[in-house]
Amino acid sequence: MALTYDDVIAKYEPVLGLEVHVELNTQSKMFCGCSTIFGGQPNTQTCPVCLALPGALPTVNEKAIESTIKIGLALNCSIAPFSRFARKNYFYPDMPKNFQISQYDEPICVNGYVDVEIETDEGPKSFRIEVERVHMEEDTGKSLHVGGATGRIHGAEYSLLDYNRAGIPLVEIVTKIVPGTGKYAPEVAKAYVAELRDILRSLGVSDVKMEQGSLRCDANVSLRLIGAQTLGTRSETKNVNSLRSVERAIRGEMIRHAELLNKGERVVQETRHFQEESGLTRSGRSKEQAEDYRYFPEPDLVPVAPDAAWIETLRAGLPERPSIHRKRLQEAWAVPDKEMAAMINADVLNIVEATVIAGADPTKARSWWLGEISRIANDKDVTIAELNITPADVAEIVALVSAGDLTDKLARQVIEGVIAGEGKPAEVIAARGIKVVNDDGALMAAIEKVCAEQPETAAKIRNGHLPAAGALIGAVMKETKGQADAARVRELLLGHLGQASN
Amino acid sequence: MSSLSRDDVANLARLARIEMSEEELVSLANEFTVILDAVARVQEVAGADVELTSHPLALRNVFRPDVVVPSLTPDEALSGAPAQEESRFRVPQILGEEA
Amino acid sequence: MIHLSASEMAAKLVAGETTSVALTQAHLDRIAAVDTDVHAFLFVDTEGALEQARAVDAKRAAGEKLSPLAGLPLALKDVMVQKGVPTTAGSKILEGWRPPYDSTVVSNLKRNDIVILGKTNMDEFAMGSSTENSAYGPTHNPWDLTRIPGGSGGGSSAALAAFEAPLAIGTDTGGSIRQPAAVTGTVGVKPTYGGVSRFGLIAFSSSLDQAGPCARTVLDAALLHEAIAGHDPKDSTSINAPVPAVVKAAKSGDVKGMKIGVVKELNGDGYQSGVRTRFDESLELLAAAGAEIVEVSAPNFEYALAAYYLIAPSECSSNLARFDAMRYGLRVGDVDGASAESVMNLTREVGFGREVKRRIILGTYALSSGYYDAYYGSAQKVRTLITQDFNKAFEKCDVMVSPTCPTTAFKIGEKSDDPIAMYLNDIATIPVNLAGIGGMSLPSGLAPEDGLPVGFQIMAPAMADERMYLVGAALEAALLTKWGAPLLSLAPELVVK
Ligand SMILES: [Mg+2]
Ligand SMILES: [Zn+2]
Repeated sequence: MALTYDDVIAKYEPVLGLEVHVELNTQSKMFCGCSTIFGGQPNTQTCPVCLALPGALPTVNEKAIESTIKIGLALNCSIAPFSRFARKNYFYPDMPKNFQISQYDEPICVNGYVDVEIETDEGPKSFRIEVERVHMEEDTGKSLHVGGATGRIHGAEYSLLDYNRAGIPLVEIVTKIVPGTGKYAPEVAKAYVAELRDILRSLGVSDVKMEQGSLRCDANVSLRLIGAQTLGTRSETKNVNSLRSVERAIRGEMIRHAELLNKGERVVQETRHFQEESGLTRSGRSKEQAEDYRYFPEPDLVPVAPDAAWIETLRAGLPERPSIHRKRLQEAWAVPDKEMAAMINADVLNIVEATVIAGADPTKARSWWLGEISRIANDKDVTIAELNITPADVAEIVALVSAGDLTDKLARQVIEGVIAGEGKPAEVIAARGIKVVNDDGALMAAIEKVCAEQPETAAKIRNGHLPAAGALIGAVMKETKGQADAARVRELLLGHLGQASN
Repeated sequence: MSSLSRDDVANLARLARIEMSEEELVSLANEFTVILDAVARVQEVAGADVELTSHPLALRNVFRPDVVVPSLTPDEALSGAPAQEESRFRVPQILGEEA
Repeated sequence: MIHLSASEMAAKLVAGETTSVALTQAHLDRIAAVDTDVHAFLFVDTEGALEQARAVDAKRAAGEKLSPLAGLPLALKDVMVQKGVPTTAGSKILEGWRPPYDSTVVSNLKRNDIVILGKTNMDEFAMGSSTENSAYGPTHNPWDLTRIPGGSGGGSSAALAAFEAPLAIGTDTGGSIRQPAAVTGTVGVKPTYGGVSRFGLIAFSSSLDQAGPCARTVLDAALLHEAIAGHDPKDSTSINAPVPAVVKAAKSGDVKGMKIGVVKELNGDGYQSGVRTRFDESLELLAAAGAEIVEVSAPNFEYALAAYYLIAPSECSSNLARFDAMRYGLRVGDVDGASAESVMNLTREVGFGREVKRRIILGTYALSSGYYDAYYGSAQKVRTLITQDFNKAFEKCDVMVSPTCPTTAFKIGEKSDDPIAMYLNDIATIPVNLAGIGGMSLPSGLAPEDGLPVGFQIMAPAMADERMYLVGAALEAALLTKWGAPLLSLAPELVVK
């Protein structure tokens, strides 16, 4: 008999801790000059340094440091005047040196916060997530497990390693414990990751593609009885790869913990893996002995001690905070809360803004991206960003519709053509021979023809029964192969049959 | 007096990924009794007011520009591999944590 | 011809009296004749060396401007990565590995047209003071084949003493250039930390390792020093400043008015009497050359050995983690159903020698939680105290001096079962590494009681490497006048096969 979420929150208070790993979008790796481009042939982006060949030494990518400081500043952190890299020692085949260069007790950014707003039963409410640290480290290689049924580690006969990803700069953003979110814990976590993603995107420091793993979230969850002071035992769910999964994973863990606690069992402190299909987590290896990472200062690198001038230059260059940016857009576009939320949810805000900047009316831009284009993306199971259509294309189409050169229906055909790779809107229009019939003479001829064919309907309209007009308009549209402006047809038709058209 | 037991050495050998025979564990544990006594002398002078020197040079902020330089070819990268397949390093099954 | 100094050989090349090919061949012949007994080399690159020699000769024939050491043969310590040439660091775990890249030192040698004869023997991963820890068998001291040539760079020093090469590269983490130089009657220099790039030097202890020149004369060492030193963007700990004018200093040898500080704590009990005799005699010669001899004290040096044997093992336990059978090197136990972890464990059991394992385990312990502050942390504090000792002493003197080692070369096998006794060899050399300053060893004569070479150590402040060469050149000149011929001319003839 499974517990419901309501049962859980009636009795327990969840405490969160979130660790987000972000791959920076530098051209070269953290400690060597190998390219970071995604999806290269295996082991084509490797060198003595990132393969940990004997004798190789790391060198620090300046842009990565700069990006990390920017992230720290955007998250309201203090930037440490002195920080160091450390070695985190443990053996794992996808980590060539068998230590990770990371930061330990001397991270570069500390003590920040992020405010997130979510919709609650009492209306919008803001939560402050405190950030403990932001530090630099490096990614691992990728293993392909061969021989197992599912490509998972368990049951594999052997593994194949590709080190292209090894050494890509990673920034780890660690929150302090987050109490006090109550039943909204899953939503707050999701909103936090979404806000982080928006901030990182606005900074231009990462591709923030959760589906490609450039933004990954580890969620720590524990429960305690409401009113209790001491923390419960936490579980850590690794690599949750979408915003929706963040929410699901936390909700699922809360229920799992509560079921254990209610039965008088203990929650095991362990790493768990989120399973997209079931929305449940599965136990990773419970560590028979606690890892001892034997951190010590990385002797091959020298300390990072950014001076105030550098930090202030970076601070001055920070973009507008996404939450403020959103408020500004909402005001400028005069969009109601609900529609703003819809845009944010569908992740179209930036693209709509770009379309508006390209000259489109905000309402029109929004409706195309949220409507037709989102529908196509859905059908194709891709994100709108991956579709072959730009904000400029959409702005051009919006302009053509406003000028009466396209009807909405024709505009949809043009969009479809652009996405299909037939070219820019003008090229699609030319190639497909799309044009609005706005020659009144031609329309009148069609109207007369249709009225002659359907005299009874025409008579009804003449007698004031306007709903009947639809059938005749449809017939005229058919007659003109859909290229007529339906509104103009209606106007002419009603005029022709002696009715006022409004 | 500092000393290490056979089990301590076994645990360290596990952390360091070195298989050790029973004989080796025991003899290392014995040697460590002597060695640790010798090295523990550092504690005699290491007062709380002494700074730590983890590195002889007082350098700061040594960075390289974010510029891509040519990588090894996959053949070079894999030239030392004990086993390989499809331009990847082939390694025995990895037990334990999920990737 | 092989008995000349590198500078003398270079002069003959410039004068057209010989060619690089002839010189290289002469050394290859010498290696073939004596190295079965000496065992200085792990790999002789006959083809590569001759090819390089032909190329230099062609450049010279074409009238190209060449570097001072162009065309001279050199022996490279096997810890230094050279593209396409077997590089083992004296370990089974790297047997057969051919690096796909050059270390910066090798690039610099090639840029200077120095001909690399091959790779020299060493204690495994540079851990040792006798070269007995090589996985490929010990090297023998040309002065007495039953004795050790020092370590870890015993192969390089023995190659010089056996006239198998006029120049060699060593690396010095706790004395591995200077101690072998001392016991073989050759010259070895550990430059200031950061003076020579570590890129491509297989790391033992990153904050201590430093490559440097080995030669038979102070001037030869200076010429090689200038060829390999300089800033390297591939090594973040490389010093971005001009290379000290060491060749100029070695040519001058003027010590008039220089203050030479004798380290009170590095002399006396535990030092062999003949070692002390030669040391005192050298001080007199330097005084006669116009230097002022003063006594300085370094009270914390007595903790140097303990600090070293915590710091170096700690760093090596991490540096050597990469030898895991996954990407290169030895792989043991890869049978059906074996796990990566068990293959790592078995490979490292078989691939590493006893001393390497001992230090990895010690370092793993010193870094582990709960012990870090007491061991690694305390050792770093000692490092601070030792640096302060040096700084205070250098307020009173320009260089500091001591015997390089407490004793002359001991017998092979004599100390191999007693790690502590072995570690004591480096008691006078280690403080230099901990402080990151420069150190040189040059011959100061033979100990009367055993007729074996004694080394004289000169220590200079960071980035003042030229001072060691000034003092070294002055002492060398005075001793040469006294002896009438280089010390190595007194070494017994090796049996030529
Ligand atoms: Mg991390
Ligand atoms: Zn690389």
